[in-house]
Parts: sequence; structure tokens; C-alpha cells
Amino acid sequence: MANKIRVATTSLAGCFGCHMSFLDIDERMLQLVEVVEFDRSPLTDIEHCTNCDIGLIEGGVCNSENVHVLREFRNNCKILVAVGACAINGGLPALRNHIPLEECLNEAYLDGIGVENPQIPSDIELPLLLNQVHPIHEVVKIDYFLPGCPPSADVFWKFLTDLIEGREPSLPYELVHYD
Amino acid sequence: MSKTITIDGKIIPFEEGQTIMDAAMAAGIYIPHLCHQPEFTPHGSCKLCTVKVNGRNCSACTFPAMDGQDVLSETEELIDDRRKITQMLFVEGNHLCPGCEKTGNCQLQAVGYHLNMLDNHFPLFYPDREIDASHPDVMIDQSRCIFCTLCVRASQQKDGKNVFAISGRGINKHLIFNAESGLLKDTALEATDQAAHICPTGAILIKRTGYQVPIGERIYDHKQIDQVSLASSGSRPDEALPPSLAVETEHVKHGE
Repeated sequence: MANKIRVATTSLAGCFGCHMSFLDIDERMLQLVEVVEFDRSPLTDIEHCTNCDIGLIEGGVCNSENVHVLREFRNNCKILVAVGACAINGGLPALRNHIPLEECLNEAYLDGIGVENPQIPSDIELPLLLNQVHPIHEVVKIDYFLPGCPPSADVFWKFLTDLIEGREPSLPYELVHYD
Repeated sequence: MSKTITIDGKIIPFEEGQTIMDAAMAAGIYIPHLCHQPEFTPHGSCKLCTVKVNGRNCSACTFPAMDGQDVLSETEELIDDRRKITQMLFVEGNHLCPGCEKTGNCQLQAVGYHLNMLDNHFPLFYPDREIDASHPDVMIDQSRCIFCTLCVRASQQKDGKNVFAISGRGINKHLIFNAESGLLKDTALEATDQAAHICPTGAILIKRTGYQVPIGERIYDHKQIDQVSLASSGSRPDEALPPSLAVETEHVKHGE
């Protein structure tokens, strides 16, 4: 089918739990791929997104690479969606926002229990950590938000079918959870 | 002839001395609120119950009902204001629901659900706030305190103890405990006190009880806060309380 709706997805400072929950739409995925094709996504291994209709972002922003990826999505997706608690409020990774970055690194790589060959990773390939983890709406304009840890498969389904069928997306009470 | 007010066009009777909130609840009309509980002196701090009375915004929980008042509550504008207020409450503290024992039983969260709040809108503040885990049976995480003063009022008015107070202003505002050491363990607070159970958020938690009811089977996982609030205020006696609410409101009988 020509002119399929192009969807890109990524996980920034997330655990891929939202992606797993998305896959929980199970056999409905077959209906979805009738009208949707996936661009950049862990499901396709395409490395950069181009001219997409919908971008689904899981996770908050914790390092410089996250910022670049998020901006690439914003520049290439007509509709950008914050998926899950971490994208919306930083989530679990944001617990480190109360601890200075240096202390976090020392604890993880130098002083922590069971650390062998203590050294702080400094390879030039590694993206630099931000001082704090940020929700993605603090970095780029976000069009829609799907709360939940993770949002249930039905949330993904309701949201995407609303969009695909030309309705303003909305979540009824029973699909709104922050946990 | 009995006196009446109208709320969103509906004629509601009231008795002298009742607030707009009292009259609304008695008539089975829910106005969102967090800092209000019928048995305590109204505080009017959370502003969620803001209604338009004869064209002016007022807190329904503190504003007296007067004959002929025209009250607007469920307007698009007021619902939007309430959603913004709830978002501000979320970003001002550290309200990370997936990691909170109170999730599913939390009134702040439930008001968010009720208002279909899907995001925080504002930049998050991530304040540094203290945890007091010194008490054997009660833990307090100031990250989740919304300064509703329900614990302050419950301790004074029901428990006769005066364990809590709010100290400081603005960014430094925080809950303090009535003990020389400032620690919760040195106060008169007991896990059976109403003050230990009144918190609408996860700021005051009873230790070792957090996961007795699994996530997914909790109060607001299945019921909207308007139903629960009206049922517990007795204005809809036909509405049976869910079992999880009975667990929540029952004062914990402690001793393993």
C-alpha cells in the first residue's frame, strides 16, 4: 500500500518497557502494519528517521546523545508523543537528580560494593551525562502524552487508532494511570 | 421556605452555617478537593475546589453558602484551572507514582485521573526534601507533601496531640514534627492515630503495609474519586465502599 503512515520510535533514558508494552497489542500489530510502516525504531534497526508522521519517545533525557536523538525526532516527525512516566516526568532515572553527578559516578564505578578495577568510563564514544535527568517536554515541543509505567497496550492501540482514523486522540478514565 | 443555592444550574438546599462544599457534598455533587475533609476545620489551601460564585472565584470549602448564590463548578475554564493546579502540585514535589507505595490509593493521583491530566506541562522542580524514617511504624517522605495540613489538623482535632506543623515559607516550606530532636520517633505519634492515615498523598506512610493490597486492585484503580469521596461522606449511602477502601480507612491495629 502506498502512503502508509510512517512511525518512528525510540527509547532514551528508558528501560524499553514501554516498547514491550506496545508489542503487547499482539495480533493487532498485523492490523497496524496494514496502514503503518516503521521508520527508525528498535523494531527495524533503521538508524535515522526521515519524514515521519508519528514519533513515539520512551524515556527522559539523561545524556547528550538523548538530546540529539530527541531533536532529530522533533525535526522529522509531524506528531511527537511522550510515552510513559520517564518521558513525562523523568521517572526512575530522575531519582539521581538529588545526588551530584560526581557522587553517582563515584558510587557506581569507584566506591561501590563489588566494583572491580575501579575507573570512571571516559571513552570518547560515550555520550556525556547531563547533570540532571529531564522530561522530554523541557527540551522539545511535545504534542501528546501517554502516561503509565508502562502505558498499557490498550493505551497505544486507542491512541494510534484515534490518530489513524482522523480523530483527536483521547484517553478515557480507565486507560489513564501514572503507575 | 428553605434556602437554596444553584450549582451549575441545579438547585441545592443548604442549612445556615454550611459552606458551598458542605451543601454540594450533601446533595451528591463532587467538587474536586485535596486539603478538605468534612470532619476538620476547612483550610482552603489546595485551591482545587475553586468555583465561580456570582462571577468571582472562591474556595468552595471555605466560602459560606448564602441564599440565591449562583455557583459554577464544572465549567471548561474551572476544570482547566484545576488541571493546572494539579500539575503545579506534581512538579513542585517529587511525585513519581511508579515507585510510591501509595499509588492507586493516592488522592492527588486520583484527582489527576479525574481531571484527565496526562502530563505535567510545567518544568519539573525536583526539590531536595528529607525523609524521616526514624519512627518504628510511620515513615514521612517530604517529597510528596502538598502542605494540605490535614495531618496537622487531625493530630490537633482528633488525636489531641499536636504532632505536626508547617514551618517556613515559599520554597522552604516544610512539615515539622513536635519534638526537641525534630525527629518523628520522639513525637507522640502512633500508627493508630488518625493523623498517620489522613495524608491524601504518599507523604505519610505506615511501614510494612504498603503492598498489602496489590497495585491494580487499589481504590482508584477501579473507582473515580468523585464516587469514593461522595460515598465516604455518606451522601450516597447506597454506594458500597470497595473493599480496598475499607482497608485504607481502617486504623491499622499494630503489633505484627
